[in-house]
Amino acid sequence: MEELNRLTAHELIESLSRKEITSEEVISRLNQRIKDTDARVKAYVRFDSSNNPAEQQSGAAALPLKGLPISLKDNICTDSLNTECCSMILGGFRPPYDATVVKKLKAAGALILGAKTNMDEFAFGSSTENSCFGPTHNPWDLECVPGGSSGGSAAAVAGDEAIWALGSDTGGSIRQPAAFCGVVGLKPTYGRVSRYGLIAFASSLDQIGPITKDTRDSALLLNVIAGFDPRDSTSVNEKVPDYTQALLNDIKGIKIGIPKEYFIEGTDSEVKTIIKEALEKLKSLGADCQEVSLPHTEYAVPVYYIIATAEASSNLARFDGVQYAYRSSSRASLIDMYKETRGEGFGEEAKRRIILGTFVLSHGYYDAYYLRAQKVRTLIKQDFERAFNQLDCIVTPTTPTAAFKIGEKIKDPLKMYLSDIFTISVNLAGIPAISIPCGFTKKGLPVGLQILARPFAEEMLFRVAHTYEQNTGWHKMNPRLK
Amino acid sequence: MKAKKDYEAVIGLEVHVHLKTKTKAFCGCSTEFGQEPNSQACPVCLGFPGSLPVLNETALDYAIKVGLALNCQVQEYTKFDRKNYFYPDLPKNYQISQYDLPIAKEGFLDIEAGGKNKRIAIRRVHLEEDAGKLIHKEEISLVDFNRAGIPLLEIVSDPEINSPEEAYEYLTVLKSIIEYLGVSDCDMEKGSLRCDANISLKQKGAKELGVKAELKNMNSFKAVKDALAFEIGRQGGLLDDGKAIIQETRLWDAKLQETVSMRSKEEAQDYRYFPEPDLVPFIISREKKEEIRKSIPELPAQKLLRFTKEFGLSEYDAKILVSSKQDAEYVERLMRAYPREDKKPLVNWLIGPVTALASASNLIISELKIPGGIDELIDLIINTEDGKISNLTAKSVFAESVSTANLASNIIREKNLFQISDASALESEVDAVIKENPQSVQAYQAGKSNAIMFLVGQVMKKTGGKANPKVVQEILKRRLQ
Amino acid sequence: MSIDKDTVKYTAHLARIELQPKELETLSGQLKDILGFIDKLKKIDVKSTSPTSHILPVNNVLRRDAPAESLPLKKTLENAPQKKESFFAVPKIIE
Repeated sequence: MEELNRLTAHELIESLSRKEITSEEVISRLNQRIKDTDARVKAYVRFDSSNNPAEQQSGAAALPLKGLPISLKDNICTDSLNTECCSMILGGFRPPYDATVVKKLKAAGALILGAKTNMDEFAFGSSTENSCFGPTHNPWDLECVPGGSSGGSAAAVAGDEAIWALGSDTGGSIRQPAAFCGVVGLKPTYGRVSRYGLIAFASSLDQIGPITKDTRDSALLLNVIAGFDPRDSTSVNEKVPDYTQALLNDIKGIKIGIPKEYFIEGTDSEVKTIIKEALEKLKSLGADCQEVSLPHTEYAVPVYYIIATAEASSNLARFDGVQYAYRSSSRASLIDMYKETRGEGFGEEAKRRIILGTFVLSHGYYDAYYLRAQKVRTLIKQDFERAFNQLDCIVTPTTPTAAFKIGEKIKDPLKMYLSDIFTISVNLAGIPAISIPCGFTKKGLPVGLQILARPFAEEMLFRVAHTYEQNTGWHKMNPRLK
Repeated sequence: MKAKKDYEAVIGLEVHVHLKTKTKAFCGCSTEFGQEPNSQACPVCLGFPGSLPVLNETALDYAIKVGLALNCQVQEYTKFDRKNYFYPDLPKNYQISQYDLPIAKEGFLDIEAGGKNKRIAIRRVHLEEDAGKLIHKEEISLVDFNRAGIPLLEIVSDPEINSPEEAYEYLTVLKSIIEYLGVSDCDMEKGSLRCDANISLKQKGAKELGVKAELKNMNSFKAVKDALAFEIGRQGGLLDDGKAIIQETRLWDAKLQETVSMRSKEEAQDYRYFPEPDLVPFIISREKKEEIRKSIPELPAQKLLRFTKEFGLSEYDAKILVSSKQDAEYVERLMRAYPREDKKPLVNWLIGPVTALASASNLIISELKIPGGIDELIDLIINTEDGKISNLTAKSVFAESVSTANLASNIIREKNLFQISDASALESEVDAVIKENPQSVQAYQAGKSNAIMFLVGQVMKKTGGKANPKVVQEILKRRLQ
Repeated sequence: MSIDKDTVKYTAHLARIELQPKELETLSGQLKDILGFIDKLKKIDVKSTSPTSHILPVNNVLRRDAPAESLPLKKTLENAPQKKESFFAVPKIIE
């Protein structure tokens, strides 16, 4: 009973189906855990377990996730349940509809509680410090950030305050916090999971993905949320396999590329060592590791900060005080109402990105910035296409360092942006990637191993990740949070 | 106002038409007009966070159809872009529109103005979403998003129109084509067709264009014509005085009958167009184009040509009869049912009494309810042609038939209105009139040929108007030789 | 290319964001740094490269012209900061 919250989803599903436990017990244990620890971790910005779980539980018995609760990032819309992107400008916003992933989860029997996890405002950040609710703390070291922007989801799963969770990843926002918190984070191929109901940051980069305690849970959750959605023109009509079938404990002969551009200066030496050990492990398990070059890697961050901010500046134009949520109380003219609402409602990082994005699209600058960035994006994509011509996957560190201290980078946006240096290319190329725990620094902070594959080759990610996991056991480590 | 110098107007028109789809451009909300405010809205057309657009297949097909009908190159590859600007009627504060790759471009439209044929180039045809509607109250403005997201086709002409009359003609022809295609109601009152114009003046023969004004808020084709005429006078007056024209947007004030500067702190717009990441590109295949091309009905210009050839109509008559598709089809049915080779009498009837009666009830001719339908109308015309009933009588019978819903043939029978064309039946009346009017007889015989008309009139009187005047005249002439 | 304070001010106006004087100061410096970093992209020759707007080669995603349900009015207006009858309301627009 005590340990229910520590179990993985697949373990709980088994116990639930054998009727050894009940859904109510799981929820009440989670409630207790959150009560005990969330005052310190602050993974949740809202938690209300009373949201009709009984009603949601009715229906057919054979549902795969029946009775199992899931936690959602605060940018995934839930009908009539607050969804605020951790921004004052969306304070009190209750969407009139469910995101497609939420519909799919409900249809699979999962329980959507009135719970939302903390995030950087509108997913703008790598530390969850840019939340109007204040930062989330890393369960492994409460003085450290959990990463971001899905820091709340990662911290909740790492701290056993959630069975599993959904995050969103635009430039690393699932994988980087998963690495910092020692959990498994998957960014699916662009178009694999519907974005309908995900409050957009950068439409051409955003994907929803699972944050879980192990690879099997990740595969299980992707099974439920993946697939074409007629409401999302950019979701792809590609067959959804049973991803759990890919969880083989065998990577013999799998061709793994090690991009030399990811082992350069700026990467923490401890992280380098841990990753090298992980690569040795993969080799010893029979993988064929070889060096590969992704020559345009160094341009990924600048390209990203043009494309992502440009799209964001347009996506966030709708928050203007007319139809929903925050409006400045000034009784001035329309234009003052707009400017004050947005000046007061958005946090610092949001304003910085909207203005940068507006600038790179504006008259006279479009060609030099936006168009050029789109062209370099083509080159980055081609780097991966060439690499995957002879490789099954690519392995890199997820981040150049382990979790940093709260406050360490918040005053220097550029430094913060560079903490996504290893995760951003994946979004620009639209390919899938997973981060799994692969060791700890001397200070006891987790380090993540990132595996990349070609579009729609999530099965390869699961296979390599699962094999590594089964032969190491890092994913079973727990923070000493009381 | 009339300018002293000789200027030439350079006019370009930007026409927006609502496409008559069942649902909006990017969501399944109804496009029905006149519903409760904000009752036809969903997360997508309200631009709620997280919602995404998916293009309506029919809207795309309609846009292609218009592009083809306007002789445009329909693009193989087309995409949507975001046009970014803040306005409360724009739910997302950007409009999904098309920037550099419109669905169709480089077409043309043939018009006739001032007795000359002219070809006006169409620059582009693109698809976008409409904005909502604003209602301005004393202290607040109200927003209704029912209209937001309705598919809107923007049709932009090159600045090749040189007079208000040409502009009027261009709009009339364009509207007629779009109506023929069945893709829009083109109802300016409901806002399903809107037109903006830009106009500048240049010295006659000069190459360099003048500074242009953009004209908005014109609610009818006539208003477009009037606004342009006013603007020519205004700009001409300024140029005469050596004053500069300011590039600005001016609103047509229908009450004042003049254009008024918007005078707002209109700043240089920077729409920050960029490719819409939420929609994928569209490839329009040759097959698709051909399939749509086949569905295009005969258009007014072709129909006009055919009517003149097939039915021997004059171009003038044919033009009137084909301007509405429904009328043209009606006219064609009549033409085919009309049993005589010479269609002119039928045409005269259609353009004359039928049109008069229809427009008196604010109807187009095909909407006029004729008891007994086209067969009765044709019988009536044939009877008139054959002299069985006088033209005048026929017209009044027709009017009575329509207003009383009684068959024309019934009215003629009941009132015994057939003409007497049998000479033998008229001999005695003619004799009597000759006897009663010796002076007129003498005058006629003395060479005043007009005098015979008086005698005919007397015979008509005696027969209660039923005598065939032609036959009466013949008998009189014979008798008085 | 660099960005000066006036450009930041104008851009903020385009984005309809009111900046406090201190914010403008900080932001101008930060954006200058970021754009300086972004200028790295100028090194690459992209003359023969076409831009990528959509990462996957997907085309022609369309929906049938079939009506779906609209939101109930109550839900449409539920979040509105100001409304009147069935309308959203904003400060009067002066034209």
